[in-house]
Amino acid sequence: MSTIAIRCRDLSKSFGEVPAVEGVNLFLHEGHFLALLGPSGCGKTTTLRLIAGFEPLDRGEIEIKGQPVNSPDLHVPPEQRNVSMVFQEYALFPHLSVADNVAFGIPKGVDKQQRVHETLVLVGLADIKSRMPYELSGGQQQRVALARALAPEPALVLLDEPFSNLDASMRSQVRAEVRQILRLAKATVIFVTHDQEEALSLADEVAVMIEGRIVQTDTPARLYRRPLSKSVAMFLGNANFLPGQAGNGQVNCALGRLPTLGIHTGPVEVMLRPEDLLLKLDPAGSAEIVDQEYFGHDQLIKVRLDSGLQLQSRLLGSEGDFHSGQRVTLTVRDNVVVYPA
Amino acid sequence: MTVTNAKLSNLVLAVQSNWKRRPRYRAPLFLWGAAALVSALAMLPLGYLVLRAAGAGYSKVWDILLRPRTHEIFLGSAGLAGTVTLAAVVIGVLLAWLTVRTDLPGRKFWAVATVLPLVIPSYVGAFTLISAFGPRGFVQGWLEPLGVERLPSIYGFPGALLALTLFTYPYILLSVRAGLRGLDPSLEDAARSLGRSSFQTFREITWPHLRPSVLAGALLVALYTLSDFGAVSMLRFDSFTRAIYMQYRASFDRSTAAVLALLLVGLTLIILVLEHRMRGRARYYRSSSGTVRPCPPVKLGRWRWPALAFCALIVLLGLVTPLLVIGFWLVRGINVGEALQFRPDIVFNSLLGSGLAGFVAILAAIPVTILAVRFPGRVSRWLERGAYIGYALPGIVIALSLVFFGANFALFLYQTLFILVFAYVVRFLPQAVGSTRASLLQVSPRLEEAARNLGRTPIQALSSITVPLIRPGLLTGLALVFLTAMKELPATLILGPTDFSTMATRIWNASTEAFFAQASVPALLLVLVSAVAVWLILSQEERKASR
Repeated sequence: MSTIAIRCRDLSKSFGEVPAVEGVNLFLHEGHFLALLGPSGCGKTTTLRLIAGFEPLDRGEIEIKGQPVNSPDLHVPPEQRNVSMVFQEYALFPHLSVADNVAFGIPKGVDKQQRVHETLVLVGLADIKSRMPYELSGGQQQRVALARALAPEPALVLLDEPFSNLDASMRSQVRAEVRQILRLAKATVIFVTHDQEEALSLADEVAVMIEGRIVQTDTPARLYRRPLSKSVAMFLGNANFLPGQAGNGQVNCALGRLPTLGIHTGPVEVMLRPEDLLLKLDPAGSAEIVDQEYFGHDQLIKVRLDSGLQLQSRLLGSEGDFHSGQRVTLTVRDNVVVYPA
Repeated sequence: MTVTNAKLSNLVLAVQSNWKRRPRYRAPLFLWGAAALVSALAMLPLGYLVLRAAGAGYSKVWDILLRPRTHEIFLGSAGLAGTVTLAAVVIGVLLAWLTVRTDLPGRKFWAVATVLPLVIPSYVGAFTLISAFGPRGFVQGWLEPLGVERLPSIYGFPGALLALTLFTYPYILLSVRAGLRGLDPSLEDAARSLGRSSFQTFREITWPHLRPSVLAGALLVALYTLSDFGAVSMLRFDSFTRAIYMQYRASFDRSTAAVLALLLVGLTLIILVLEHRMRGRARYYRSSSGTVRPCPPVKLGRWRWPALAFCALIVLLGLVTPLLVIGFWLVRGINVGEALQFRPDIVFNSLLGSGLAGFVAILAAIPVTILAVRFPGRVSRWLERGAYIGYALPGIVIALSLVFFGANFALFLYQTLFILVFAYVVRFLPQAVGSTRASLLQVSPRLEEAARNLGRTPIQALSSITVPLIRPGLLTGLALVFLTAMKELPATLILGPTDFSTMATRIWNASTEAFFAQASVPALLLVLVSAVAVWLILSQEERKASR
């Protein structure tokens, strides 16, 4: 069994009157990746800075590898936490070479040269170790920043919006590289992002943060398939919502009687991902196509029910040729999620 | 006096935006301690002066304030500062416009030549003007065969006005020129296309854009004029600085000098406040950096002859005359063997005093600046303001206060190099803080945080990351303080150890006794030193602008 790398209880921090982080609880096993996902200004970067020790806490406790670093009467300074941060703008020391940057945090008693070499090999930059930061491309700078953070073998690596400084065209490739490097280093990672695709594809677990609070922590698949609240459902991808009446593991709604996840009774709101709504051309169907966007791999089709309700359906690009005005019948692929109305 | 307007506006901007930025982690204690010490020491001269004046007793202070002589001095100083500023604005704005926006023949040459009077220290300029235009001066000598027995007197208000205007207008020229260059001509085009006449365009678009530049330059000119001691004294104009010096030299009644000095500080503060009020929302007019489409120059047509004559006259008076006069006395001195009496220990004294000042000023600037930039808050802001006090304290005021202080409390410091260096540091600390601040703002606090979570303590993070990265700014600040302290006159005269002669005091002593030849070598050296200082400041501004 893996041990717990970090545990945060009830972290709270406000700046003046403005609460930034309120009652955040987190824990993470060694070797796991956690994404802190939320819209900008939700307090995720502040949470990261609290863990790194850059900000004093108003309330709460933090333990790293079982050692308390923050409690009501304790604030371990950043340099004694064994936590490395990769900053959004990388913060490479401009007056030090790549090798010196990477060597900067290696503790005494470790063979620095050896460790620098190992780490640079890991990130694939062993051949440019004597270059200066300004001579590097954006992607290289990021890998140096990663190497610098990994070289001291920290208990925890924190990444603040690690891909936001890269071109969209490079992002997915760099993402895969970074993931690979961190896995090879067996690092325990918390990273902050506002990009849901980034969070879902990289992390073992995703904590969704909205207005200073963590509203749900789950694996990417569960988070997407079974969001606990309407706001989480809306934040992670597209969703259709329609009113219904629930009872006995089922819900009655405009699409008929559907099986639900979870037990609810009474008036509810049904959440349906577009890819769970299937269409079939049928002149006698109950809905009409009002708009269609074709992306190649997939297509997004908007339909209007006779009641006026509009829904979105996402199908593979190969699943048919649809046009506005055609009538269709609708079926639902899976159990649906419902929220009390 | 070379705190540049950009640095000053930086200060004001920083002060205004500080409260919005939130403090990160708490500042280490040693930083607080060091910054508080520096700020307290910088406030010492003003504080002691206030105590001293108050100690004279209410009725005595009142008596001094009510003397007609005091009013004369106050009005004289304020009048001189106002007139010099106005004249410098007219000359500076006109020259800026001529050299940036028109087809003036030889525009590139004039662009450089019209800035150069800045390298003549005003008291050097004053002695050359006296030598050229004074009684039995060169000009009168040339005119003698034509029956001209005497010229209008150079002494008093006209001479002081002439000297100070000639050697300070470049402050306005430089800042207005930067403003003009930063103004995107498409704004003016837009105004024209929206139906404004060229005059309306100037009033509604160009002037609001230039106003902050003019104000910033005018502030420097006004403060320079108020604090100037050498030029007004040589030209025998009764301003505060001269009156304070005479009072100090003439009598042992030092309360009068103290009260006059406080009045002068009050006048300086009024000007600072006025400028701050007038600046208003000036910063919104700052244009973005980046290349601006060059605009077609205004055709001067027939006006180019008067324009050329104007440029030539200013350069002739502000640059050519001083250099020729210095050159004349140098040659003359060498011919009669006088200039060779020049002693190398004078140069050494100058280097020693100002070198120490530069070094100490930078050491003092580091904690204050780091605290103010990295840990903004009410207290750190006030500590930084304390370090800027020298900006409002003319050299003679600092000198006077320290003489009193030394004589009463620290006799062992009285007339030592230590107290002189202290005075230099208080006076020129703003320059050191300014360059340190500018370079520190370029260093992201993330770098220090990165060092922290890679295992460095706050002090180690400072010494391994911050200080190496701001080293260029520190060196510039050191050089600026060094170069300006070398030109400092009143504090050196009053506080310097006995027999401690520097180039500045040498020029003063020689020219007050009309031994102009003896002044020529140090004057030439100081002009060179000033040239280096001006070059440093300009290149620093340019770097800042290009960022």
